[in-house]
Amino acid sequence: MADIALRGLAKDFGSTRAVDGLDLLVADGEFVVLLGPTGAGKTTTLRLIAGLERPDSGTVHIAGQDATRLEPAARDVAFVFQQYSLYPHLTVYENLAFPLRSPARRMPERDVRRRVEEIASLVRINHKLDSRATRLSGGEMQRVAIGRALVRKPAVFLMDEPLSSLDAKLRAELRLELKRIQTELGATVLYVTHDQTEAMTMADRIGILSEGSLVQIGTPRVIYTAPANVHVAARLGQPRINLLPTGLLPDADAPRGTKTIGARTEHLAIEKTANGGADGTIDWVEHLGDQNHLHLTVRGTKLLTLADADAALEKGDAVTVRYRSPLFFDEAGNRIGHA
Amino acid sequence: MAEIRVENLRKQFGAFTAVQNSNFVVNDGEFVVMLGPSGCGKTTTLRMIAGLELPTSGRILLDGEDVTMRRASERDIAFVFQLFALYPHMNVRKNIGFPLLAQGMRKAEIRQRVEETARLLRIDHLLDRSVSGLAGGDRQRVALGRAIVRRPKCFLMDEPLGTLDTEFRDLMVHELRELHNRIHATTVYVTHDQMEAMAMADKIAVMSNGVIEQFEAPQEIYDRPASMFVADFIGSPPMNFLSFHGGIAKGTREIMLQGETVPVPELREDISPSEMVLGVRPEHIRFDDSSRLRGSIYGTEYLGTTQVVAVATRDGMLKARMSAGQHFRPGDNVGLAFKASRLSIFEKPSGRAIRTVLSDGGPNG
Repeated sequence: MADIALRGLAKDFGSTRAVDGLDLLVADGEFVVLLGPTGAGKTTTLRLIAGLERPDSGTVHIAGQDATRLEPAARDVAFVFQQYSLYPHLTVYENLAFPLRSPARRMPERDVRRRVEEIASLVRINHKLDSRATRLSGGEMQRVAIGRALVRKPAVFLMDEPLSSLDAKLRAELRLELKRIQTELGATVLYVTHDQTEAMTMADRIGILSEGSLVQIGTPRVIYTAPANVHVAARLGQPRINLLPTGLLPDADAPRGTKTIGARTEHLAIEKTANGGADGTIDWVEHLGDQNHLHLTVRGTKLLTLADADAALEKGDAVTVRYRSPLFFDEAGNRIGHA
Repeated sequence: MAEIRVENLRKQFGAFTAVQNSNFVVNDGEFVVMLGPSGCGKTTTLRMIAGLELPTSGRILLDGEDVTMRRASERDIAFVFQLFALYPHMNVRKNIGFPLLAQGMRKAEIRQRVEETARLLRIDHLLDRSVSGLAGGDRQRVALGRAIVRRPKCFLMDEPLGTLDTEFRDLMVHELRELHNRIHATTVYVTHDQMEAMAMADKIAVMSNGVIEQFEAPQEIYDRPASMFVADFIGSPPMNFLSFHGGIAKGTREIMLQGETVPVPELREDISPSEMVLGVRPEHIRFDDSSRLRGSIYGTEYLGTTQVVAVATRDGMLKARMSAGQHFRPGDNVGLAFKASRLSIFEKPSGRAIRTVLSDGGPNG
């Protein structure tokens, strides 16, 4: 059982509370992504689990054991950083073998070789084993860094934006690779990022972090379709959800107490108005290749949605806009349903 | 008025050719994005325009004037590395005015220029505030103000948004483009992020191995990629490639793929029998039970409004973009159909796009 359990975890840096009473359970073999902006406490949380920081209060359990006071080396975790942090003068093989060579382990060379080759083919770098680390591309370096974390078979993996220093294209490829590797190994992963696409596509569950505490945790589908509040709703979805005041459009059947209506692309029916009674106009259609954005203004309020590729809407068109089962939020910003 | 003209520009680092014989023109007021993977030569090109790097051969003309051998400081250019570092101990006014102070401009003039710039960015009400207390978006505007306050002839930007949170990046992409619409300063912007390029550029120069593979408006590049490299680099997920073998005659409107007839845009050139590739964008794939091109569902990537469905076929993995409402189970067998009018065809060895009614600018509906 390689699970992670955080209970009431808190950490201050001077007068700033970085982590504020965090409770989180990551099950064995689960891929949990903590999503939040810079300063939300993501990296501090990982560093507390790894033992690189000491909490002011609360506990960290790894694989059922209280690790709160253990030294980093005594915790069975592997940390993958944003920067590759390889040994530049060593070959790929030596970089991968390094964690196996610690005096405490004394692994026979034959076993080292077998393990390194196994991991190298898992992260698809086996054709470059003899290359110097400095001769690799960014994507290759990061695969070696991930491989080096895997080679030891730790109980859990902690990953701090491991893809953010890569090209957009490589990022998309490694996203898939990382998920594949995690699934194949059945590894327990806690991964932090500010990139919602990484969270949506890799996570079993996403935890939304804000100001050091967990606002909501759930599967990507739950977080996206049933956000706890406007803050969570705005964190997922591209383009960003439209948060509209009640009364702007016919309010579907908003429950009592609704102050804000959240409307994503799928919550809006937009049609060209034939004769009078339009709600708004199309400002422009932004062509982004695979995704086209529809910018429109409804009674002075700007809306942004994905354009249906086949809908013949153009700049200047008068349109009728109606809600289709949107999200409702009360005055405090919490999502509400029908009682 | 500032036009940038690049003629036969070449840069060699030892035996490595970073930029090979580049030719392009950035018209006055245009926003051009140089896009490509790391090492493609985009930053080197930008640095040569700025005067931070001397070309091995070729010329750079700024407003018709040859500046190839001029120092960076003698070119009226603003080079923006990273927009978002502010001086935390200075207020907004001092942050924006700093480049002018460094130039030795008179105080009264600085004051006037700073206020003008702040009005342009709609932050004039914040001038005397400390930058440390500002909201994220306003901080970015201050940083932008510092970049534009000098009023250079043109802006050169090297991945200015690279280190930002994705959310701020989306915000700043729109902010930068809107600012450009207001001041129309000639801009060359380097990035490896195709979404940034698509959202901001009037024209995109797609680079690979020191060569500009295509230089056109974003939608043109997306709809009519000139090469397999471009087709693969632009779009997320990228264009799917399906191999087939055959000669094609001008006027043909269908090809044979895995023994199936697939309608394509009408061919505009003759191709002798060779290895060919059919290019299909993810959003132009439909599942159609009657189709004899088959595949099985491999997995899905949920993105909220849409999902990307991976389908294993005899030709490898295809990715299709579908609405998120549809449900698919791994292993489900599906028939595949393509939107004929939007397909691209490439020659395999060279990667060059074959001319069709689509690539010639025909209907793309």
